[in-house]
Amino acid sequence: MSITVRYFASLREFLNKSEEKLETTTALEIKEVWTQLNPDKVLPENTLMAINMAYVDADQKVQVNDELAFFPPVTGGGG
Amino acid sequence: MKIKITETALNPWQEIENYQANKSELSGKFGATNIFIGTMRDFNDGDEVTSMTLEHYSGMTEKQLATIIEKTQQNYAILDVLLIHRVGLLLPNQPIVLIAIWAVHRGDAFDACREIMEALKSSTPFWKKENLTEGSRWVTKNSKGYQT
Repeated sequence: MSITVRYFASLREFLNKSEEKLETTTALEIKEVWTQLNPDKVLPENTLMAINMAYVDADQKVQVNDELAFFPPVTGGGG
Repeated sequence: MKIKITETALNPWQEIENYQANKSELSGKFGATNIFIGTMRDFNDGDEVTSMTLEHYSGMTEKQLATIIEKTQQNYAILDVLLIHRVGLLLPNQPIVLIAIWAVHRGDAFDACREIMEALKSSTPFWKKENLTEGSRWVTKNSKGYQT
């Protein structure tokens, strides 16, 4: 049982990885997931987070089998 | 309603024509069509931009866009929405995004189009990386949308 963790855009390049799994049998706080997977990196202040493709706050818990994503502020569209 | 994320070049005029031609339920019912097309510039922040790569979070992007459109449909009396956004490698002059709104009246068409565009820019997981004459850089914030 695990949590799937994904990284996008500048954060993906900063960490040099796009996806990984964290083995766990219990729900974890988002910050705990980050710290376990990136022990030597501080979570950038403006990072956005989503669980199962829906925005969440940093204090949200991640359940087993969830997909957690970290990404920088979005910059789509045009004009 | 149609949402499409595409890696291939976007011809917004053709897309609008094809979509409307295949929507017989719109025929005779709409009095206003509002169209927004965002196009890639060859400059940004004082630098020449030679190309751009657009990354997105596949799955969440479509979900977020559907949520934005559903919310807008609650706020305005609109009949239909066509939204197409490019990803992958783009060159200057190429359209990035198309939003077309069909409504009975112009007010709803104008305002709904604007609401969808602003929500897209602030909450949909797309990221632009600009390729300059020397090096590349991630775009870190959206423009305000006005010259001043």
